[in-house]
Amino acid sequence: MDIRAQVSMVFHLDKCIGCHTCSISCKNIWTDRKGTEFMWWNNVETKPGTGYPTLWEDQEKYKGGWVQDGDRLRLKLQGRFGALSSLFFNPYLPTVDDYYEPWTYQYDELFNAPEGDDQPTARPISMITGKYMDIEAGPNWDDDLGGSPVYAANDPNKDGLTDEERAQLNEVQRVVFFYLPRICNHCLNPGCVAACPAGAIYKRGEDGVVLLKQDQCRAWRMCISGCPYKKTYYNWSTGKAEKCILCYPRLESGQPPACFHSCVGRIRYLGVLLYDADRILDTASSSEAVLVEAQRAIIQDPFDPQVVSAARANGISDAMIASARISPVYKFVKQWMLALPLHPEFRTIPMLYYVPPMLPVLAAVKNGLYNVVGAGENGLAPLISSLEKARLPLRYMASLFAAGNEETVAAVYRKLIAVRLYMRHLTVKDVSLAEANQALNVGQTTAEEVQAIFRLTATPTFEERFVVPPMEREVAIEQTLDPFTHKTQAGFGFRQAPERRW
Amino acid sequence: MIDLALFVAFPYVAVILAIVVGLYRYYTDRFSYSSLSSQFLENRTLFWGSVPFHYGILVILLAHLLALLFPGLWSSLIGAQARLYVLEVTGLALALMAIVGMALLFIRRLNNQRVLMVTSTIDWIFLVVLLAQILLGFWVALFFRWGSDWYLHTAVPWLISLATLSPQAQYVSVLPFIVKLHMLGGFLIIALFPFTRLVHFVTFPITYFWRPYQVVIWNRRVRAGVEVKK
Repeated sequence: MDIRAQVSMVFHLDKCIGCHTCSISCKNIWTDRKGTEFMWWNNVETKPGTGYPTLWEDQEKYKGGWVQDGDRLRLKLQGRFGALSSLFFNPYLPTVDDYYEPWTYQYDELFNAPEGDDQPTARPISMITGKYMDIEAGPNWDDDLGGSPVYAANDPNKDGLTDEERAQLNEVQRVVFFYLPRICNHCLNPGCVAACPAGAIYKRGEDGVVLLKQDQCRAWRMCISGCPYKKTYYNWSTGKAEKCILCYPRLESGQPPACFHSCVGRIRYLGVLLYDADRILDTASSSEAVLVEAQRAIIQDPFDPQVVSAARANGISDAMIASARISPVYKFVKQWMLALPLHPEFRTIPMLYYVPPMLPVLAAVKNGLYNVVGAGENGLAPLISSLEKARLPLRYMASLFAAGNEETVAAVYRKLIAVRLYMRHLTVKDVSLAEANQALNVGQTTAEEVQAIFRLTATPTFEERFVVPPMEREVAIEQTLDPFTHKTQAGFGFRQAPERRW
Repeated sequence: MIDLALFVAFPYVAVILAIVVGLYRYYTDRFSYSSLSSQFLENRTLFWGSVPFHYGILVILLAHLLALLFPGLWSSLIGAQARLYVLEVTGLALALMAIVGMALLFIRRLNNQRVLMVTSTIDWIFLVVLLAQILLGFWVALFFRWGSDWYLHTAVPWLISLATLSPQAQYVSVLPFIVKLHMLGGFLIIALFPFTRLVHFVTFPITYFWRPYQVVIWNRRVRAGVEVKK
């Protein structure tokens, strides 16, 4: 048993309102520079949709992640020899047009245009070439299903759906969508790290944050293809790959990352998980049927004395273990089994989990009343089995969060429905105790668990959502610098601008 | 005198520059120690330019090096006429590949606005020098037969004399002007190496063959109660 700690995340999709505040706070801090204009380390996508970069989930196009090859796990992109022989040209690299050409507007024209009959206009200018351009795509081009005949219609997750289900998704009266905010997953078996020929990407042992050494990156561009989530980006100006750093400077001073902190819908949870690093390869190689269970199983119980002693032997501090015990991520992922990994079939073991959004059910307006299909005489009981009447097919959600296993997603939904019905029984009181108990049974949960889920979902405090573990920088720097000296000097090191000077 | 300057002093200056400035740049500005890939900005023409150019030029460079390092082996290799012909024709074909690739890359850099934006003055200087050098080499191979043979008796002893610090320019001083130009071009490229994006040549990530896929870095690695020394 090789116990390590991992700063992990949960996004509760039911609460995401798609406001993009997270994206903006990230952009303002990290990617507001030349060469990074098109990068959104945090982005919010509309689902169904093709996302950013376009069709990132289609691994036949980009060859990201891992595949099971016999009893061996290999990068879908290429082997070691293949990597070195395609250094001169990476056949699966997304280009700037797969994201979008960044632009600004010629605002000066508004003030300096000579007097004339027409209103002066600010024409768009490319931030790469500085020339006039036609805007053909943007960071959220298919936001809220904009252009859905092109974008939503080509969502790779629709591949498994029946024609009827597809028709249902496209029908205007029943149109339905939800938001999918994405950042780097800080995976346990990252594809970007494995694909980097220069060995410039690494995982921090103490907290699992995946970082990219700018001085060691040699612009071979393999990480961009290797990451199935397309969360490493190529800075075209400096020739370096860049990625989400989970705001580690903020974490190290006890703050949650900027995108977490600024989240308006309060959908984000952050906490530490303990996992068994000896089982990474086995977990990533599990068959698709048990992938989600295997990824849950690699997470270890921080209350288990055996785990705790193994963690201590590995140098994990008591403060870190204490933090793991109150981690909201542990509750959502392991204890309640409500949060699921995004595309576990990419086999990178992502450490960002999603609570899937409640599926809106089909409804009809009858006698001026908005009625759930099937509800009426029997009260709200049909809601318990509303999954079959969901407007978003379970199969679609299973394709996103469970490698196609509908039962895994259905189990999550049954529990979420139990939470709703039981709380409605308590508060609105139009659900009978019998119905509420039936929902608890179907959801395989208890009244206490439901209350706890409700508490952490609906009314958690800042400190309950973000349990930032002690990052122990004093331990990290003490080999080279006295912590008391460092304390007075932190932030005053020499820094060079990220530019090519040669 | 001029021979001494061009074929003795200049090569030494070039190599010293390459080593000293190359090391200086590596230790002071490692951030820039790579090529600046423009595949992200344009990747269709790049394929037809970059792949033939790189593979062409690498094999030809390898042949130059092999003949220099193992002259005996090389001379027995070209001993049979058939082998010599095959070798020369292959070389010409590879050179042609490199020239076509290079020309495409040149045109691409000129024509594509996006790529033009990430091209610096030194890039242009180096591109011109490199293209000229490959064209010269092709010219020499085409009109001064059989280069793979006389190279062994002129350039190789000259280079060995340079390497052993007993420089003897007379090996090459009587060669045709165009051949001399090609030789000087080689050292000009070596001199330019540390100042250009050619530094990516020495960063070839050979360690990828054997390094473990996953890289984990610890501040202080403790496993099973014992501190692991790095």
